Amino acid sequence: MEDDAPVIYGLEFQARALTSQTAESDAIRFLVGTQSLKFDNQIHIIDFDDENNIISKSVLLHQAGEIWHISASPADKAVLSTCYNKNATQLLSIFVATSESRVVTCGAVWRMPPEWESGSHESPDDPHNSHNPQNLELLCHLDNSAHGNASSVLWEPMGDGTRVISLADNHALLWDLTESSTQATISSSATLEGKGQLKFTSGKWSPHHNCTQLATANDTAIRGWDLRTMSQIYCIENAHGQLVRDLDFNPNKQYYLASCGDDCKVKFWDVRNINEPVKSLEEHSHWVWSVRYNHSHDQLVLTGSSDSRVILSNMVSISSEPFGHLVDDDDLSDGEDNNQYDKSKEPLQDSIISTYEEHEDSVYAVEWSSADPWLFASLSYDGRLVINRVPRALKYHILL
Amino acid sequence: MYGNFSRKRRVHGMLKLYYGLNEEGKTVDQAESMNPCDINGTHFDPEVYLNKLRRECSLGELMDQETCMVKQIRSLDSDMQTLVYENYNKFISATDTIRKMKNDFKKMEDEMDCLSTNMAAITEFSAHISGTLQDQHAQITKLSGVHTLLRKLQFLFELPARLNKCLELQAYSQAVSSHRRARCVLQQYSHMPSFRGIQDDCHAIMDKLAQELRQKFRDGGSSAKDLSECVELLLQLDEPAEELCDKFLIHAQSRLEANLRGLEAETDILEFIDRGCNEFVSSLCLVIASYQELFVNRPQEGELASKNIPHMAIGKLHAFVDAMATCYFLLVERRIQEEKSVGDNSLLVRALDRFHRRLQAVAKLLPGSAVPSQGTEIVVRAARERIKQYLAALQRFYLDSLRDVRQALAAPRLATGKDAPASLPELLSSLSASILNQIKSVLASVHLFTAKDITFSNKPYFKGEFCSQGVRESLVVNFIKFVCQSSRQFCESAGDRGGSTPPALLLLLSRLCLEYETSTITYILTLTDEQFLVQHRSPVTAVAALCGEAREAAQKLLNHYVKVQGLIISQMLRKSVETRDWVNTIEPRNVRAVMKRVVEDTTSIDVQVSLLYEEGTRKAHSSDSSKRTFSVYSGSRQQTRYAPSYTPSAAMDTNFLSNIHKLFSERIDIFSPVEFNKVSVLTGIIKISLKTFLECVRLRTFGRYGLQQIQVDCNYLQMYLWRFVSDENLVHFLLDEIVGSTAHRCLDPAPMEQSVIEVICERG
Repeated sequence: MEDDAPVIYGLEFQARALTSQTAESDAIRFLVGTQSLKFDNQIHIIDFDDENNIISKSVLLHQAGEIWHISASPADKAVLSTCYNKNATQLLSIFVATSESRVVTCGAVWRMPPEWESGSHESPDDPHNSHNPQNLELLCHLDNSAHGNASSVLWEPMGDGTRVISLADNHALLWDLTESSTQATISSSATLEGKGQLKFTSGKWSPHHNCTQLATANDTAIRGWDLRTMSQIYCIENAHGQLVRDLDFNPNKQYYLASCGDDCKVKFWDVRNINEPVKSLEEHSHWVWSVRYNHSHDQLVLTGSSDSRVILSNMVSISSEPFGHLVDDDDLSDGEDNNQYDKSKEPLQDSIISTYEEHEDSVYAVEWSSADPWLFASLSYDGRLVINRVPRALKYHILL
Repeated sequence: MYGNFSRKRRVHGMLKLYYGLNEEGKTVDQAESMNPCDINGTHFDPEVYLNKLRRECSLGELMDQETCMVKQIRSLDSDMQTLVYENYNKFISATDTIRKMKNDFKKMEDEMDCLSTNMAAITEFSAHISGTLQDQHAQITKLSGVHTLLRKLQFLFELPARLNKCLELQAYSQAVSSHRRARCVLQQYSHMPSFRGIQDDCHAIMDKLAQELRQKFRDGGSSAKDLSECVELLLQLDEPAEELCDKFLIHAQSRLEANLRGLEAETDILEFIDRGCNEFVSSLCLVIASYQELFVNRPQEGELASKNIPHMAIGKLHAFVDAMATCYFLLVERRIQEEKSVGDNSLLVRALDRFHRRLQAVAKLLPGSAVPSQGTEIVVRAARERIKQYLAALQRFYLDSLRDVRQALAAPRLATGKDAPASLPELLSSLSASILNQIKSVLASVHLFTAKDITFSNKPYFKGEFCSQGVRESLVVNFIKFVCQSSRQFCESAGDRGGSTPPALLLLLSRLCLEYETSTITYILTLTDEQFLVQHRSPVTAVAALCGEAREAAQKLLNHYVKVQGLIISQMLRKSVETRDWVNTIEPRNVRAVMKRVVEDTTSIDVQVSLLYEEGTRKAHSSDSSKRTFSVYSGSRQQTRYAPSYTPSAAMDTNFLSNIHKLFSERIDIFSPVEFNKVSVLTGIIKISLKTFLECVRLRTFGRYGLQQIQVDCNYLQMYLWRFVSDENLVHFLLDEIVGSTAHRCLDPAPMEQSVIEVICERG
């Protein structure tokens, strides 16, 4: 059985920010935010037609500035948040005028214009499709001028889209949004105290425990926070030899956490025992920037690294299904291929499933599709977005 | 049947021949002498002879015959005359003698008659006397019988007193022998009251005596000889043998235990074993010997024989010896276990040898005993323990040496900065030499166990398993594995921050492991195999496997070294990029100090690595690499890249160009394994550093002068770093990427003139 070839999409600009449209469960859709100092930045909405293997895109302008982080609301398809640097041209003008300027990173919540879906379904090959893209509608600023530069905005997982956490320098701010998301107020905040300039590099809102926990990374440490009291509940010092770049919670096992960092390692933690990682992988040859659990099959772990590689690992032994899938999901299986596979399987070993080498620059973001659990996208700095699938053999192995 | 008969005949014939008889019963001589022609024969017939001569001989011959005959006759005549003359005188004297004898005999006859009459008279007398003495003789015989009886009775009556006296004088053996003599009689006549009295008295006394003997036996102060005498006496007194055995053994036990107690205070192992041998083992031997003499090897007599004492006694002895030996062995083992100092093995080996040798005496005395084999087991255990201790000592030594090396690496840096790198090869050679020496000395020590003059060296364990499993596997192989493993631990436990282990140590250890792989392991194992004549009966670790492990360790260490050094430089670069406000920086006038520091550090790493590793190969480069490659980049290409980037279509071109460029350059693995040479190591470090630089730059936003500063810095790096790496294009490519990324992140990308950059860089 041939696996489908990866689908590659090129952006004109450099890009770091990638997310899947969390609230969308039918269409395979990814959002990419660009980084350009000279031109208007864009948000590319990339739709993937699985059956025809075709990508279609829409472009929305994000004139506020270059996008460092993007995340989509879990409740409203059209709502998303970004972390961005103030528009470069504005900066430049300030710079020229006063020769004294600061690069400030802000967070904001946006709404996509309602027409984007109907209006601009054009082929990406057409060079003229981006001539008059629409603007995003600003809903509210997560005004954090008092707290420093925002590094990421996190939506409450599976929430109603009214609670957001923003990480700004050494603060974690919990925001309450109004129904229409037009106004944001800080409901509580936590501050990381310590010597030196502490700065959260990334964070993740745990989907477990009624969404009352948050994990953050700063320097080499991983910290857990209880959002009800906004106090620290655990701290894994020296979780990685160098900077911790990203975190992700196992969607099915509430105490399991994956982290990655500049020591080229991916580590899996049981936060009940923070002295030793449960497992440690060292497959990348440079910093690992992003780690993602598959939303439904948590043995599938995706990592992206500045060695330009994306690696899909099968961590069966520490997954929620260590002996394979026990219940047959007939509605998910293809049906006609059922008979070819023997039902009595050996328990799988932890292994690297595949290394994807389609990128030629550092991969800063990887993301699973929220609609199709067997599909994922990766984004490299040069603006190349690659959509790949889990190998079919493995897919059937897991399902059957 | 027939054969038998003929043989009989032959035997007869031989007998006959011996007695001069022929078949017909006549002698052969007779037949010969019957010949009438024999002139000397008895049946000579002159007529026949003459006729024969005449018939057979010629005239001449006859004449000769005649002459000869005449001659013979004459000589015979003269002979005869001489004989007659000589014998005549003898005849006469003989006749005289005979006559004289006749007279003498007559006289003698008379005297004989007289003698016979006298004899008859004597006989008569004698008969008379005997007749008179007959009565008295019978009386005397009777009297003497009574006397003897009285003597015996007196003995009996005196017996109690005598026994008492003996008892007082402690002449027990005399008493017992006296009593033994009287015992049967007393027993026999015990129905008579007087005898019974005596018997009772005797019994009482003997009981007392036995009591005293037992007391003496119990007291234990007496020597073994005394003791055995006691036992002998008691046995004669019909004491039950079993009880005696027990008592004897209990007594012996108390003495042996005293010996053992005496042992516990000892300090020196040799002295300890010596004392153990001299006191305990020899006492034990003595006990065994005297016991056997007393109970086992006794001539069996009378009723004792039926009780089968030896069988019982031997059983008891075995149990006793085993028990005592166990106590002793317990002590010995405890003592051996205390022997932890590995300085001088010969003492222990000698002690063990003595221990083992002395136990052979027990084996000879008491065949079938388990003691010697247990002793051998103790020796084997001690040897095993020893090997473990040596392994531990080696490991300790290795770690100590490492600590010394660490200190040596740290110390000169504090005192005189220049000496530190120079001593690296010396440190390595001294480290490897001292380890090798230590291994050799340990091997020599362990070798004592198998020396020819050691009694236990010919035991199967010491011939086979000790050499192969013990020395080769447990000691040598384990040590080498330990070296590799502890080296590997430096890569893991030290944490990725690399702070705790000095990089120079990593480099040194890597080289050490590499040397192990190439030669040392083979050397050590060959040495071991030769010294111990290891027979590879049991599966042993192959040299190749160990070498592989060592190489793996070396590789890992070197990789880690690269990582650590790369990290140190990376941190400098990262800090320098992260902490600066690149938007508001001033126009570059100098190369930033951190870049100089990077180059300096790289140079010192280069020096450090070159002390231990070979140069390695690099791609050919032109003599003016530092300028040429960089000028190409910053001159022509840069223009095409940045100038048109104000229009959207040009932005596409930039990406396109950059992608084309990447398409034709190989993918660079940053943290990839390095080769064992200087260039590869340096390439690795520089790759890591520059990649970090690149990633950090991408996270920042730059102003015009920020970009220009990066340009200057990169040019400076290019000028100095190309010489360290295997492929200068790599440095070029990475620096190109850095400047490119900076330009992308720049608000006002106005690059600096190449000539100005060069001037600044050359100014330093």
